Formats: sequence, C-alpha cells, structure tokens
Amino acid sequence: MNATTFDYKEIQGREERLAPGHRLCAGCGATIAVRNVLKALHPGDHAVVGNATGCLEVSSYTYPYTAYEDSYIHSAFENAGATLSGVETAYRVLKKKGKIGADYKFITFGGDGGTYDIGLQSLSGAMERGHDMVYVCYDNGAYMNTGIQRSSATPPFADTTTTPAGKVSAGKPQPRKDLAAIMAAHNIPYVGQTTFIGNMKDLYTKSERAIYTEGPAFLNIMAPCPRGWRYEAPELIAICKAAVETCYWPLFEVVEGKWSLNYEPKKKLPIEEFLKRQGRFKHLFTPENEHCIGEFQAEVDRRWEELLARCAQ
Amino acid sequence: MAVRTRMSGNEAVSHAIRQISPDVMPAFPITPSTEIPQYISTMIANGEIDTEFIPVESEHSAMSAAIGAGAAGARVFTATSSAGLALMWEVVYVAASSRLPLVMAVVNRGLTGPLNINAEHSDSMGARDSGWIQIYAENNQEAYDNMLQAYRIAEHAEVHLPVMICQDGFITSHAVENISLLEDEPVKKFVGEYEPEHFLLNEKEPMAVGPYAVSNYCMEAKKAQAEAMIRAKKVILDVAREFEELSGRTYGFYEAYRMEDAEYAVVAIGSVCGTTKDAVDRLREAGVKAGLVKVRVFRPFPGEELAEALRGCKAVAIMDRCESYSGEGGPLGAELTAAMYRAKLAAETVNIVYGLSGRDVRVEDMERVYDDLRKMAEEGLRFAQYPYLGLRE
Amino acid sequence: MALKAAEINESTRWQDLTEGLKIFEPASSRLFETGEWRTMTPVLDTETCTQCLLCVPYCPDSSIPVRDGKRGAFDLDHCKGCGICAAACPFGAITMKEGR
Repeated sequence: MNATTFDYKEIQGREERLAPGHRLCAGCGATIAVRNVLKALHPGDHAVVGNATGCLEVSSYTYPYTAYEDSYIHSAFENAGATLSGVETAYRVLKKKGKIGADYKFITFGGDGGTYDIGLQSLSGAMERGHDMVYVCYDNGAYMNTGIQRSSATPPFADTTTTPAGKVSAGKPQPRKDLAAIMAAHNIPYVGQTTFIGNMKDLYTKSERAIYTEGPAFLNIMAPCPRGWRYEAPELIAICKAAVETCYWPLFEVVEGKWSLNYEPKKKLPIEEFLKRQGRFKHLFTPENEHCIGEFQAEVDRRWEELLARCAQ
Repeated sequence: MAVRTRMSGNEAVSHAIRQISPDVMPAFPITPSTEIPQYISTMIANGEIDTEFIPVESEHSAMSAAIGAGAAGARVFTATSSAGLALMWEVVYVAASSRLPLVMAVVNRGLTGPLNINAEHSDSMGARDSGWIQIYAENNQEAYDNMLQAYRIAEHAEVHLPVMICQDGFITSHAVENISLLEDEPVKKFVGEYEPEHFLLNEKEPMAVGPYAVSNYCMEAKKAQAEAMIRAKKVILDVAREFEELSGRTYGFYEAYRMEDAEYAVVAIGSVCGTTKDAVDRLREAGVKAGLVKVRVFRPFPGEELAEALRGCKAVAIMDRCESYSGEGGPLGAELTAAMYRAKLAAETVNIVYGLSGRDVRVEDMERVYDDLRKMAEEGLRFAQYPYLGLRE
Repeated sequence: MALKAAEINESTRWQDLTEGLKIFEPASSRLFETGEWRTMTPVLDTETCTQCLLCVPYCPDSSIPVRDGKRGAFDLDHCKGCGICAAACPFGAITMKEGR
C-alpha cells in the first residue's frame, strides 16, 4: 500500500478482524487503533494477535467472549513482546519441520503503561532479537485500566490520579518519554508514529508497512481515552487533529534508520488547541498555572525542532 | 543398549534434551543452571538438534516466551535457578493455569538474601503452589531419567500441566558421576511426537488464550486445574512403569530405602539422600533399624503414600533444605506432618532444616539425626523448636 | 469436545468449562450485545449519506457494516452510541437521537 495503490473503499470492505461485543468503553480510542491496524492485514492472511494486560485485554477477551477473528494470546502485563516472540519462534520451527502450512503475521498490542513502563524490557528484548513481529502501542497516556494513573507516556501537567492537580501541584511534573526514538535506536527496520487523521491513510499505510516489513517493527498510535482525558467521545476526531496540527503528536516514520516526516502543518497551532479540549488540562487555564502552558509549548517546540533535524539528515 | 559414561547433572539433562530435541528453548543465564543453555546452544551450533534457542533478556521473558511458544503448538524447554525462577514467578502460574505442558529444568539454588549461588530448595519450594508438577532427583542419573519422563507426563491428555525437573545446584549439577544413558532411538520412541489438540497456529481453528475471567468462572477453572494435578498421580506412575520397561530403573512417588522394618526414618529430598543412605547402611550394620524415604514427586504431593511408607516407624525426621520463615519449619515438614496426622500415625516427628546455601552435610551428621530419633523414641528427647542441622550455636 | 462460547455461562460446571479457559473459535464476542449500553442512538439519513465511508473506521465497535463498497444500517445489537461516527461524517448525515 502506498500513495498510488491506496484504495480506501477496498480497505473498508475488508472483513472485520476485531468483532463487536467487546466491552471497551463507548468511544474508546484503543479499539479504533486495533481495528484499523488489523484491517491493514491483507484479506486471507493469517495472524496471531498478542496483548499486554490492560483495558484492551480485559475487555476484548472476557471469558468466554473473544473479539478476535484471529488466534489471540495474552499472558501478563509486562511481557507482550516476549510472549509473541515465543509464538513467532514456534512458528518458524514448526514451519521448518513441516508441522504447519499456513503463513502467519504476528501483531501485539499494549497500552502505554505496558509498553513505555513495565513492558519496556520485554519489548526491547523482542525487538533486539529480530523477531518478525509488530509491536503496536496504543498510547492513551496513562494507566487507564486501573483508574488513570500517570505513566511515562503521560504528557506534562496532566491531571491523573497519581499526579493530581492540587493547591500546590499543577499535575504531572515530568515530560513524556520519547519511546519512538528509543525504538528507532534499536536499529530495527521499521518504526512509525501515527494517530487517527482524516481517512486514516497514514495509519493504514504505516500498519501495512509494519506488518509486511520483514523483521521487528514498532508502531506508536495516539489513542485518546474519553474517561482519562475527560472529553465527550465525539471530540476524539478534533483532539487527534489538534495533536497533529500543534505538533504535539507528529506523524513520522523511521525506515531502516532513515527518519521522515509524513505531515507538516502549514501553520503550527498553539498547544492550547490540544489542551483546551481535555478536562485533564483544565487546571492550566487559570492565572496561577498559565506559565505551565508556556512550558508545555516550549517542550513541544524543542521536540518538534529535534524531529525536523532528524528528518533533515 | 545402555551407554555407560560419566557426566554432571547439567550434562545429563542436556543430553536428555538433545535426545528429545524440543522445538523451542528460551533461557537466560544464571548459576548454576547456565551450563544447560550453553550445552544446548553448542548442540544447535553444531547442527545436532533443530531446537530454536531464544536468548531472552530475562527469566521473566524466558517463561513468557515459553508460554507463547507452548500455546503456539511447540514442545518447549527452559532451565533456571534461584532468583531466575523468582523473577519468573508471575508467569510460572500463568503457564500452569493456561494448561501448557512446558518442561523446565530447575537447578536448585537458594533465593537471595544474602546472595549465594549454592544448593538449597527455597527456589522451587517457593513455586510449590504455582500449579507445576515437581519431580526431584538425588543424582545425575535421576535428573536424566526424570527429564525423559517429563514430557510424557506434561503432555498427557489427563494432565496438561507444566513440569519442573529439579536437581541440587553444584552437588548434582556440576559433580561428574557415573551414568547409564539410553540410546537415542528408544528415547525418541518413548517420548513421542507432540501433537497438541489446540494451538494458536492451527489455521482451521483460531483460538484465544489468557482471558479475563470473572469470579463466576475462576473458581471452577482452578478446580479443574487442581483435579488435573490429582490425575497426574496415576500418569506419573504409569509413565514410570513404562520407563522401567525401557531402562530397568524403577521410579515412583518416593524411594523407600531399607524401610521394611525401619523404626527410625528420615524423609528428605535431593542429593542429601545419597549421604543418608550411607548413614543408614552404617547404622544397619550396627543393628539400628534405620531407613530413608526419598521424596521424588513433591507436586502432586503424595501425602497418603508417604504416610503409609512411614507406618510402623517410632520416630521420623523430616528434612527441609529450605527455611520457610513460618516459625514452624519447612514446607516438607508442614505437609508431611499434616499427612501423617490424617493417616493417624503415632510416630514422633521432628522437622530439621539443613544444608542452606550449600552447607555441607556429612554421613556423620545424618548418623546424629538417627541418634536423635532414637532418643526421641526411647528417652523422650524433645526439640523446643525445629532444629537446624550443623548450626553453630 | 470443548464447549463453544454460546454453550458456556455462569452456571456451567467446572467439569465442562474449556481447559485453561481457552476458547477454540473466533469472534465469540458477537454473542455479547453491547447495544444495551446505549443511551444515544445514531440515525443515518440515507438521502444525505454520500457513501464516502469516512464514518466506518472511526467506529470503535465495528458496528458500521460495509458490503459491496457501501455502508449498511448500524449494527444496533452492538453500537454503544458513542457518537464519533456523527462527528466523522462531513455531510451531517448522522445524527444522535436520545435513547435506544
């Protein structure tokens, strides 16, 4: 799939691989990520889907109801990378021994808690060892399943249940970890970052590349959470757009070590456009916390410049 | 035709694995089990077996990858010790509850605190309630034989549970002793091909592993798992009988050594049993009716059978190479005493903690244990608390 | 033979549950009707709808079926009424109505 072969209607006509009846919240962004990544699989291709413990897991395979058309495995929170690396290795051996016939792709999903934090080692190991698999992080910027605790993916100043905004606190003190850059530093063939924009061509293209590139691939998808970010569900589209237009969540990819930007806003919007739509940043729009928005903007600017420099190389 | 040779416990287990040639082996280095992945990696490097080795970045990932590979339909092996097993803990339970027939060589070493690399059973004893079958070896021969029987037990349709094959760190794993090996072909025939009924890579039947289950399902699932552990008892004995036909060596839940008319018995696990047998022989020569019950299978716990083996004894010393910090003794002490109570045995018992962090146990030490047993029965000797063998005090 | 999801419920005996609580069939979640959660219901104005399908990928509940390049009626057995589809529609063809 590329600019010339992208056929939006054909993709929408593909069979659903994430079935309805799962119990994720109404309007859940994680679900949109999973559904559309799996739509990038070519019709008829087999896959094994992995999953770290989290909202997605407890809601998409609640016994006896699996939402997956494909084989699925979850074993714990911090080991989605290692677990799928075992499946992928078994596939190679059984294929070599002639015990199985079909070709398979391996895709695992983890939230930011299971990926940036507790599962980082397992992910790093799986990527370093070169397994032919895709790790997809649905990044909603906090431990949503346990009740909106901060993670290292939580944006600065976000009001979470472990970084609550209060009389002497303006929310999370630290900036976000740059996971995509960490994964790129593993020198794997493919790293991509995306979210839900327009007809999702960016997401489909990156998902297909990640799935069909031989070797390990990592995909980071910003997946808004209406409960944790505190917005009305239909606002998801406007929030994703604002995240990209403010350069808070740039769309880029790193192919064989080469960084490239996939979208550059004509006019970079101020970060308020992203912040003002979410209850978790409401406390910033007060006279005593105004300076935080300036700090947030400075951090976004610094990272954007850094990304532009990487992509210019 | 048996092959008589000399090798260490780690070599013996690795030799068994060469003969079984499992599909996938994820492992992480840790003393004293490290040699096993080293030997097997060398076999792979020389094209002797077609196992895929996954050089994982931690033991947690070793067990996680083992779960993934097992669910995918592969026959899986891993090896670990001590802190490595402790790091796996969470997923050790998941392997069992997912009913995956994985096999793991555990080379027993104490859990850290203080850091030490020597023999102790605190690692696998800590995992005793994880739902894994546990089989312990006295020496390299038994480690080899147990490994050959492991997959037959784990993969049996009535069982579908993972198995730990345990041996004592260094004492067994590194000491080179005589061993009788079976030839490759009969071993392969005995172990058989692994043909799982359900597996992730079955294109005709997508499956889902590892659900979230509400309370109304969990209790039933745990009961089903517990029943599989109980059913494993028969399978362990059946497989042992078949193995005896192949090898001429007899195995059961335990070995009774000179127990026919024994008045004083020691119950122990692992390499200390070799030392104890020497003590029994010496005492028997001196006319003391001493005997030994060596526990081979700790999970499922053969409580009834062990109690029956002790019926008629005047005093019994239950030996734990493991401190459980309960204030009451070790795990074998607790479980066997309970089984003896249920069997209404009248013997005096003492639970002795010994050999922690590789502390040496000599034949004389065990002779003293038997002497204490005699004093307990004849002179009313009582221990205020569970004693440590050979402690400076 | 292992039971199918449709045969399993919270009164199934321990002997009958699937081993290791594994499920040996795809997409059994379709049996679970999340449409009951809905407090708002999407209504499609087929006159205004241009069949651009931009609403389709935004549905978190795979509840906008597509056949032969055209979207069909909402799967109201599963739609949770989040309203994202209405926001995704560039033509205002979807409106959210109070109730189920």
